[in-house]
Amino acid sequence: MTAITDSPEVPRAARRPQMGNPVLRWLRTNLFSSIPNGILTVVLLAVLGKGVFSFVQWGLANAVWLTPANDSSACRAVRGFGACWAIIPEKYRFILFGIYPFDEQWRPALSVLLFIALFYLSSRRALWRRELVYLWIAVLGLISVLMWGGVLGLSFVSQDRWGGLPVTLILATFGLAFGFPLGILVALGRRSKLPAIRSLSVLYVELIRGVPLVSLLFMASVMFPLFMPSGFNIDKLLRAQIAIILFAGAYLAEVIRGGLQAVPRGQYEAADALGLSYWRKNRLIVLPQAIRHVIPPLVNTFIAFFKDTSLVLIIGIFDLLTTAKTAIIDPAWQQFSVEVYIFVAAIYFVFCFAMSRYSRSLEATSGR
Amino acid sequence: MTMDNPRPPPRRRFSVALGSRELKGLFWQVLVVGIAVAVIGFLWSNTVTNLSARRITTGFAFLGREAGMPIADSLLSYNPRDSYLWAFVVGIANTLRVAVIGIVLATVLGTLIGISRLSANWLLSRLAAVYVETLRDIPLLLQLLFWYVLMQALPAARAAWRPIDGVFLSNRGLIVPSIPIDTPQIWVLGAAVLGMIVFYAVQRYLVSQQMRDGQPRPAWPYAAVLIFVLPALLSWWLGVSWTVAWPELRGFNFVDGLTLAPEYFALLIALVTYTSAFIAEIVRSGIQSVPSGQWDAANALGLRRSFMLRQIILPQALRVIVPPMTSQYLNLTKNSSLAVAIGYQDVVSIANTTLNQTGQAIEAIALIMAVFLTISLSISFFMNWYNARIALVER
Repeated sequence: MTAITDSPEVPRAARRPQMGNPVLRWLRTNLFSSIPNGILTVVLLAVLGKGVFSFVQWGLANAVWLTPANDSSACRAVRGFGACWAIIPEKYRFILFGIYPFDEQWRPALSVLLFIALFYLSSRRALWRRELVYLWIAVLGLISVLMWGGVLGLSFVSQDRWGGLPVTLILATFGLAFGFPLGILVALGRRSKLPAIRSLSVLYVELIRGVPLVSLLFMASVMFPLFMPSGFNIDKLLRAQIAIILFAGAYLAEVIRGGLQAVPRGQYEAADALGLSYWRKNRLIVLPQAIRHVIPPLVNTFIAFFKDTSLVLIIGIFDLLTTAKTAIIDPAWQQFSVEVYIFVAAIYFVFCFAMSRYSRSLEATSGR
Repeated sequence: MTMDNPRPPPRRRFSVALGSRELKGLFWQVLVVGIAVAVIGFLWSNTVTNLSARRITTGFAFLGREAGMPIADSLLSYNPRDSYLWAFVVGIANTLRVAVIGIVLATVLGTLIGISRLSANWLLSRLAAVYVETLRDIPLLLQLLFWYVLMQALPAARAAWRPIDGVFLSNRGLIVPSIPIDTPQIWVLGAAVLGMIVFYAVQRYLVSQQMRDGQPRPAWPYAAVLIFVLPALLSWWLGVSWTVAWPELRGFNFVDGLTLAPEYFALLIALVTYTSAFIAEIVRSGIQSVPSGQWDAANALGLRRSFMLRQIILPQALRVIVPPMTSQYLNLTKNSSLAVAIGYQDVVSIANTTLNQTGQAIEAIALIMAVFLTISLSISFFMNWYNARIALVER
């Protein structure tokens, strides 16, 4: 079996006398340190080589990159031994923006860029100030104007024509923007000394975390209309958004609670000694420390949550995954779903990987 | 006397007299509970009005009616004439079938990959890292759809792949040889389970003996006798046959053998590979959390590697591993509800069909929630018990 390195801190090369060519030495310590290790390396290289070779053959060498519009005959010709990347230029606008009016698609595209800029700015530690909150409000407002239109000479586009990447980003961002304060309140509630508030918070968190998100989404799509007075009808997207906010609130509450537990008692006592009120104590002293403790797990929750928005596919909301799935219903391109899924997976991967790198770098700096 | 006292008693504010803290607390609690009650009351009254306006009857009476829905793949025998209640039970069995097997496979695979990430072999650790990073950053639903598409793209039954003899992979799913289990075989298996229970007691006794005098007593001979030799003797004595049913292609389909339907197989692969990436990280962090001095000390004592891992490293790593592992098990179980996207009939998918057929939305969703809450609570109860057993007892 594989050997576990005795301790990652000790440089392995230190065990052998250093000699010879550095490349050979590296190979020897990292790939061929013992006979079983050498065999393992050779086997892995063979498997990897075969995998990479067949992928290159399928995905690059035999692939079809472009075809005339609506003509998939070239792709059919290579089916089975070559990828059909031509489906991406053919369908990318549908996958990214759904059935948003074709000529207006610069608006969702700009919204996506605004979202990305907002995320980027929020990730800069130097900018973590009060002004960032106003920036968020301003940018989210601007995005709503862009998506809906109806003002400033933009034509109105109703919510049921939105789709694709902007919907995924909207569900995730608004879910966090509202779920985060909700999570803070619930986390405080769970640690409150008041029994009624504590038990309500516990009930909320445990109920939401105990059931699958799918069932919450079903609830939003089927049961919500039953809960509302007749004649009061809210949009499907908004209903799903509410379910996602409630879901995010419960998960974030647990992460924040962990942070609250990590704040030393002395900090609470000092705040009490200063005579601060409950809310001032939490806002000025406890929460800033608690949240700083849990930034890496918070980012991990954000990642999980960003991926989970794809579940709205099950109740028929046109997010990125649903548009991808719809794009391949077209009989001419039906057989090339693997390529489309790879394309969409790459988009999700870029977002999530960026977040996970960021969380890694935060962990490294906060460890100091 | 009181007249003589020049100073009146200090006046206290009413709230102070009652204790301002308690009063404030009471106020907030009344406020929050009041809001909660008002919201629930509002929703409840709307629901009642809406239900009567739409002439939907409430209650679980519909469970007794004939379900009429086909269930393609199930452990329990089912036909569409059975009741909704039985359909739900079949769905729960299907959910459990995915969850239990998924948890076992994901734990094994995740542990292997977690250990590989710490391997001295650079190539292996890099590959494990790539596996973890890729699978963690792509939505599970997307992976599930991907595997399902791949399953459907497999050749038809007549041209099925045969990776090894007796195993067929086609667009009808994975077909493997099976051993038919009937009453006599169940007796033998029951004896083996009984043997395991007895062995557990024996092992506890042996450990307590070792605690007393420090003499190690090997447990494996007891295990071999209780779990393998005695059931084997029983099987021989009863004359139980253990024939393997080899799958065979006859006409357009397979006969004999065990069939894992494409939906089940895709769901299982997706859940196992996705969860194993998270488990791998948990295992890695658990092993890394063991101070390096423990490795050095074990090395200095000249312990064998397997002994060192089993007796020194793992017990310490497990303390870090078990709590996050519990939430992964819960996640896997909850994520099995994505089955609805590819048409594997787990409890969620059956509840969804029921909801569409009968309009009993509240009851169907209540049943889903009840099932998952029960499963979640049982898993966390078991894992908390296990966690308490292995936790470090200080002073």
